[in-house]
Amino acid sequence: MSFPWAANYQPTHPFMRYLDERLPLPRLVYNAIGGGYPVPRNFNWWYNFGVLAGVALMIQIITGIVLAMHFSADAGQAFDSVEHIMRDVNSGWFLRYAHANGASMFFIVVYIHIFRGLFYGSYKQPREVVWLLGLVIFLLMMATAFMGYVIVWGQMSFWGAKVITGLFGAIPIVGEPIQTWLLGGFSPDDATLNRFFSLHYLLPFVILGVIILHVWSLHIPGSGNPTGVEVKAEQDTLPFHPYYTAKDGFGLAIFLIVFAILLFFAPNFLGEPDNYIPANPMSTPANIVPEWYFWPYYAILRAFTIDFLFIPAKLLGVLAMFASILLLFFLPWLDTSPVRSGHYRPLFRRFFWFGLIPCIIVLGWCGGSHATAEIVLISQIFSAYYFAHFLIILPIISRIEKTLPLPNSITESVLGPNAAGVKAKKAK
Amino acid sequence: MNRTFELIAFAKANVVTSLAFLIGLFFSGWLMVSALMGGVSYISEPAVETAEHAFHKHAKHLELASDGPLGKFDRAQLQRGFQVYKEVCAACHSLRFVSFRDLEGIGYEPGQVKTIASEWPIETPSINPDTGEAATRKSLAADRFPLPYANDVAARAANGNAIPPDLSLMTKARHDGTAYVYSLLTGYQAAPAALQKRFPDSMPSATTHFNPYFANLNLAMPAPLTTEGQVTYAEGGPKPTVDQMAKDVTAFLVWTAEPKLENRNRAGVAALIFLLIFAGLTWMSYQTIWADKKKR
Repeated sequence: MSFPWAANYQPTHPFMRYLDERLPLPRLVYNAIGGGYPVPRNFNWWYNFGVLAGVALMIQIITGIVLAMHFSADAGQAFDSVEHIMRDVNSGWFLRYAHANGASMFFIVVYIHIFRGLFYGSYKQPREVVWLLGLVIFLLMMATAFMGYVIVWGQMSFWGAKVITGLFGAIPIVGEPIQTWLLGGFSPDDATLNRFFSLHYLLPFVILGVIILHVWSLHIPGSGNPTGVEVKAEQDTLPFHPYYTAKDGFGLAIFLIVFAILLFFAPNFLGEPDNYIPANPMSTPANIVPEWYFWPYYAILRAFTIDFLFIPAKLLGVLAMFASILLLFFLPWLDTSPVRSGHYRPLFRRFFWFGLIPCIIVLGWCGGSHATAEIVLISQIFSAYYFAHFLIILPIISRIEKTLPLPNSITESVLGPNAAGVKAKKAK
Repeated sequence: MNRTFELIAFAKANVVTSLAFLIGLFFSGWLMVSALMGGVSYISEPAVETAEHAFHKHAKHLELASDGPLGKFDRAQLQRGFQVYKEVCAACHSLRFVSFRDLEGIGYEPGQVKTIASEWPIETPSINPDTGEAATRKSLAADRFPLPYANDVAARAANGNAIPPDLSLMTKARHDGTAYVYSLLTGYQAAPAALQKRFPDSMPSATTHFNPYFANLNLAMPAPLTTEGQVTYAEGGPKPTVDQMAKDVTAFLVWTAEPKLENRNRAGVAALIFLLIFAGLTWMSYQTIWADKKKR
């Protein structure tokens, strides 16, 4: 693990020496995020978001634990208990807005983290497992976020639960039994609310566990970097602490500023007003939409309007929606280019900035809009591009692309090709 | 040996990419077919315009003292709004998340709150202490505002089969809710002749009333604020025009939906000041620590 020149943990205080011989926990931390973990010296700000995602998870866990102390997981009381938190619990409004907007912040930083990985080829060998574990975390996050949105038992909670579990109902033969099994009944009710609350409390700790595996597997080859050139010598790296703790500290401050603006001055900006109406099984909202972070997938789901032979359109939409995420698991083997970084891949870079990114944004916009004929038409075109991008275009460009010359080393990319020469001159 | 490995690797890579190619071709292809067919039918049979699309209006602009990051409640206005709620809305609309004691937040003294609670026209459900039978009692400051109807069936029966919604969260439960409530209250009008001509089915019935700010144009509630002076404001207050009363009760409902708004804004300003200093310090330590590691 790590590089031969990694600093060794040397406890100075007698107690720390005592502890190190019995439970080397401080050594573990030192080697993971302290002076004992050498990191490429050329990280840009996009490499800040992994740490921020970890911080966001901790914010969710801490605020969530306190909220759970005041929340009542009962179909008759859940909505009222949230209002009780908002009005009568000391600083309850802060906890609840922090938790609700914290979920959005978590998704923002995780999406940036994922797209950073997509651009710089972070999923390529020897970091495939890092990427796969990251996707597992992402799937767990989506499940957790969805269940958290349901348990507050507003109109959108109830109907969201109905629509999403209804997706399983599209599977032939076993679909409806699965839906009933998931809900614990034929429609979302107390049984649904209680199991969702239980899982909503459990899954974040599972996420925490997978994050430990994610970081562990990252630390075997060491972190990637914007050039995609592997670390070759000690001068290519800097110890994580103090260099990246300082840099990430500033990034954290900016993250918290954005979070604070959202939380304190626009706490309902990203939410649906309908969720301030208590769940009512007798009244369907005019426009059922999920939270913003699910919009692109929702657009893909709704884009399928025509049956294919014996496969109903709804089932196609469900398959496509799941496929849109599952295909990312195959990315390390679909993109066969030996060059990692998008900086040195002119074709890849163009398709990334002018294809994939606008495609995701447009799909997100479509997913959040009322499904008119125009919106469905746009969703279809951009969903088609989404699948083509990953499954057809990417494998082709990674074979035909003429990549740009890579720098000889990370140090050269930072200090320029003459750095070694300059040093030699100075020595004279 | 090496050659075998290479062959296996080559085959594996090709199996994955060819499968991906086929799946990609299927999804993208079918989506393009769907888009094409959708496009054809979109052109050949353009969508029929709906009455809602033609006549629904977006909420009017409304400025309140509580707007923006430095917003504070105008307590005199909230008290006027409370008076409108009490004299006009409370007969049908509940405020079930708000307690009488909360009224101290809009500037009433504890003594005044007690009086308001005990004089509230609807009493709080209770039991007869001797017989245990259902009874009612005068409300206390700690009680929530009593519900005007015993249950939904009673609410429907009294209101032409429509349940008057609870108002506690109304300004947060609609898109652009504050402006929406104000617009709805002031937006009642006779149904336009064009509606009669183009969408006779969307004309108000005997029990509904036309209002272009309501989602489907006709609602069961008749105009609640109809005449100037319907509510008598205390001396020194503005003239109780319909517009003024609508503004005041909307401001009051902003407070019922978000009673901690001022705490939130204040905490937000403090948090931002702290975080800006924190950002400055972390920026400086970043610069200091990295001073000799950057490109010169």
